[in-house]
Amino acid sequence: MTAAVSPGGPTGGPVWLDHPAARVLIRRHRLRWWELLPWIAAIGVYFAFPDYLGFGTELLIVILFALSLDIALGYAGIVTLGHAAFFGIGAYTVGLLAFHGIWTEPISGLVLAAIAAAVIGVASGLVLLRTRGLTLLMLTICTMALLGEAANMAHAYTGGFDGLPSLPIAPVLGAFEFNPLYADTQYLYTLAVLLICFVFVRALVYSPFGQSLTGIRENALRMHAIGAPVRGRLVICYAVSAAIAGIAGGLWAQTNAYVNLSVFDLDRSATVLIVLIVGGYGRLYGAFVGAVAYMTLSHFLARIYPTAWQLGLGLMLLLIALFAHNGILGVGEALWRRYGAERAAP
Amino acid sequence: MPNGLADFAGILLGGVSAGTVLFIVSVGLSVTMGLMGFVNLAHGAFAMFGGYVIALAMNRVHLGFAAALALGFAATAAVSAILERLLYRRLYRAGELDQVLLTIGLIFIFIAGITMVVGPESQPLRLPPALQGQLNLGFMQYRTYSVFLIMVGVLIVTAIWLVFDHTLIGTRIRATLDNRGMAESLGINVDRLFTITFAFGSGMAALGGGLGAEFLGLDPQYALKYLVYFLIAVSVGGLGSIAGVYSASLLIGVLDFVLKFYLPEGGTIFIYALTILLLLWRPQGLGRKET
Amino acid sequence: MTEIRLETRALSLRFGALVAVDNVNFKLAAGARHALIGPNGAGKTTFVNLLTGVLQPTHGRVLLGGRDITGETQAARVKLGLARTFQINRLFRGLSVLENVCIAVAERVGAASAMLYPTGRRTDIIDEAMDLLAVLKLADAAGQRIAELPYGRQRLVELAIAIGLRPEVLLLDEPAAGVASAESQVILDAIERLPEHIAVLIIEHDMDVVFRFAGRVTVMVAGTVFAEGTPREIEADPEVREIYLGQPAERAGPKPRQRV
Repeated sequence: MTAAVSPGGPTGGPVWLDHPAARVLIRRHRLRWWELLPWIAAIGVYFAFPDYLGFGTELLIVILFALSLDIALGYAGIVTLGHAAFFGIGAYTVGLLAFHGIWTEPISGLVLAAIAAAVIGVASGLVLLRTRGLTLLMLTICTMALLGEAANMAHAYTGGFDGLPSLPIAPVLGAFEFNPLYADTQYLYTLAVLLICFVFVRALVYSPFGQSLTGIRENALRMHAIGAPVRGRLVICYAVSAAIAGIAGGLWAQTNAYVNLSVFDLDRSATVLIVLIVGGYGRLYGAFVGAVAYMTLSHFLARIYPTAWQLGLGLMLLLIALFAHNGILGVGEALWRRYGAERAAP
Repeated sequence: MPNGLADFAGILLGGVSAGTVLFIVSVGLSVTMGLMGFVNLAHGAFAMFGGYVIALAMNRVHLGFAAALALGFAATAAVSAILERLLYRRLYRAGELDQVLLTIGLIFIFIAGITMVVGPESQPLRLPPALQGQLNLGFMQYRTYSVFLIMVGVLIVTAIWLVFDHTLIGTRIRATLDNRGMAESLGINVDRLFTITFAFGSGMAALGGGLGAEFLGLDPQYALKYLVYFLIAVSVGGLGSIAGVYSASLLIGVLDFVLKFYLPEGGTIFIYALTILLLLWRPQGLGRKET
Repeated sequence: MTEIRLETRALSLRFGALVAVDNVNFKLAAGARHALIGPNGAGKTTFVNLLTGVLQPTHGRVLLGGRDITGETQAARVKLGLARTFQINRLFRGLSVLENVCIAVAERVGAASAMLYPTGRRTDIIDEAMDLLAVLKLADAAGQRIAELPYGRQRLVELAIAIGLRPEVLLLDEPAAGVASAESQVILDAIERLPEHIAVLIIEHDMDVVFRFAGRVTVMVAGTVFAEGTPREIEADPEVREIYLGQPAERAGPKPRQRV
C-alpha cells in the first residue's frame, strides 16, 4: 500500500492527510453507531423494567463513579484505593447543604459537589502525586480514612454513624420531583447527568490533553523530555477525576435522600476498582461494561448466596489478575484481533 | 503510685503490647515486600487463617497453647508457600495494579472459605491459666498476658536480628534486599529465598493472629478490618527494616491506646494524619533496609 | 563570533567518593557539529543527563543561550530549546509512530493542554508530524505501533521526536548504535540535513560517523575533558590513541572498549 500523497497543499507541498495513519487520527473521535447503544438501552430499561429503576439508578451512579476512576487509573496510571474520598465529599456536600436547609436545588448542588471534590483533589494531588507505588497507595487510603474519621468526629453536623436521613431535595428544574417510593425521576435525572459527564470525559480522552495523559502513562520520562509539565497534568487529571467522583457521590445522596459514613468506605473504593477492572480500564466503555456485569451479578447473587458470591468474586479477581487484566473489553479486543485478522486473510 | 501515673503506665503497657501484636503480624510483610517489591494485601488474610488454625486447634482438638501456635505457624507457612509458587510468582514483574487485584481476590477467597467452613461467628481463644490474670510488676499490677506479649516481641526482634546478622540465610536475605541482581550473580537462589522468606513471614503473621486474638478477636472480617494498620506499620516503618516496622508498630499501638483514652471520639484521625505526614516527609519509611 | 548556545562551567557530579563528572568546562556554538567520544563509563551519558536536567550537579553551572538553567527541570529546559535523544529508546510503545511524533509536536506548539477539542481537528500538527516522518523515511510505518517496529526504525522515531521539538540545541546519545546499516544511513543523512543554526552534540563510538559529521571533537575520560580539537587533531593525538588500547585511530569501525 503506497502512502497516499496528494500534491499541492496550500503551501504547494504534499498533503499527508489522506495517509491512512493520518486518517485514523483525524477520525478517531468521530461517533460510531454502536456508541449510541448504551444510551438506547438505558432508555429502554426505563420503559421495560419500571420496577427496577431504583437498581437502575444505582447502576448508573456506579458507572459514573467507575468512569471517574478510569480517568485517574486508566489514562494517567494512578493506582488508588482511596477514590471513595471524593465520592464521600460530593455526597456530604449535597447532604450537609440539604439537611441544614442551606441549599436544596439538585443541579447546582451537583456543581457544588464537583467543586468541593475538585478542590480536595487538587490539594491532595499536589501532595500525593510526588510519590509512587505502595507509598501512593497508602496515602490515598489514609486520605480517604482521614476524611471518613473527620466526618465521624463532626457528628453534630454530619449525623455521625447514622448519617443524615430524609434529605430535602428540590424538584429538578423546578418541575420533576423525586418520589421516594418510585424512582422514575431519579433514574432519568441520573441518566441525564451521566450523559453530560460522559460527553465531557469522551471529549477529554480524545483531546490533546488526554493524549498527553496516555503519553505520561506509557513513558513518563519521555514526556519530561519533550517539555510536558508532567506533575501539573497529573494533578489536573486527578482533580477532574475527583470532581466527577464528587458528582457521583452527590447523585447518590440526592437519589437516596440520605448520606452516611459508608460513602467513605474502603469497601466502596475497592468495589469501584473491581468494577472498572472487570470491564476494562483505559477504555471509555469499560466502566459501562464492568458496572453492568458486576452490579447485575451482585444484585441477584450476593443477596441470596453472599458467601458463595464472595468466593466467586475472589476467584474471578485471581483469574483476571493472572490472565485477563484488561477485563471484558480487553478479552474482546484480543479475540477480535485474532479472529478478525483470520477472517481478513484469504 | 498516683492514679494518673498508674493510668498512664497502664496505657503505655497496653499500647506496647498491642503494638507488639501489630509487629509480629507485620514483620513478615515488611521483609517480603522489601524483598520482592510485591504489594501483598492478603497478608492479613494469612494472619487470620493462622489465627483460626490456632484457635480451632485449642478449642476443638484441645492442643496446648504452644503446640497450637506451632501448628498455626507451620500450616500457614505451608499454605502460603504453595500460593507463592502457584500464584504470586507469576506476578513479580507485573504492575502494582495486578498485584493488588490478585491479593484482594485472595482476601475474598479466604474470608469466604473461613465463613463456609467454620462460620461467621468470632472464635474465642482461651489463654492457658499461666498467662491469665494479673502480674505484680512491683510498681503496679498489670495483665500477665500483656507483659508476656511484650516479652515475646522483644524475643522475636532479637531472634530476627540474630538470624539476619549471624546466619547464612540471613546474610542472603540482606544481600538480596540490597541488590537483587548482584545477589543472583553471586549464586544465591533468589526464587527459593523468596519462597522461604514468604513462608516464614506468613507463619509469623499466623503467630500474630493467634497471639493477638485476645485484643483483635478472630472473625472472618479480620483480614480486612486490620489491613490498613498492617499496611501503615509497614509503609511508615520502611520496607525491609526490622527496626523500622518494630518502632512504627509500637508507635501505632501506643498512639491508639493513648488516643482511645484521652480522645475517645475519632482518635484514629491522628493516626491517619500522622501517617500521611510521615510518608510525605519520608516516602521510603522511617527505618533503613536491613543490608 | 558565533554565539555560544550551550555552556558548562566547572560542572561536576560526585556520589560520595565516586566522581562521575569532574570540573567540565564545555562550550557549544550555534550551528556546531560537535562529537563527544570516550571509553565506556567515561561519563558521557551522565554529562548529557546533567545538561538536560535528569541529574543535578554537585558543583558548577549549565547555561543555555547565556541563561543559567542549572536549577531548571527537564521540561523547562526543553521549552527553552534543548532537546535530546536517549541511548535506549524511550517511546510510547503502545501508540503508533505518528501518534508518538504528534505528541511531541503538540507539546511544542502548546496544544497539549487543550481539553475540549479532539486531536483530530489539529490537522496542522498531524501534517507536520507526517512531514517529519517522510524525511526520515518512516511515512509507510506511520500507522504501526512502536512495539511492532524493528529496532532500527524505532531509533528513527526517537530522532523524529527530538527534531519535532525544533530545538536550538540538540543532544544525540549514540543515535545509530545497534542499528543495521540501512537504517543508520537514514539516521546519519537526517542528522546531516538538520537546520544549520541548530547546535548539535552527538555522543558516538563510531569514528566513521565522527569524521563524517563532526567539526569538533571532545574526548571525555573518567568524567573529565581529556582532549578537544578537530577530528584530525584528535585522531593524530598519541595520548588519545593510547586511550583506545593502542589501536591506530584509523577509520576502521568501532573501537575495542577499554575496560575501566
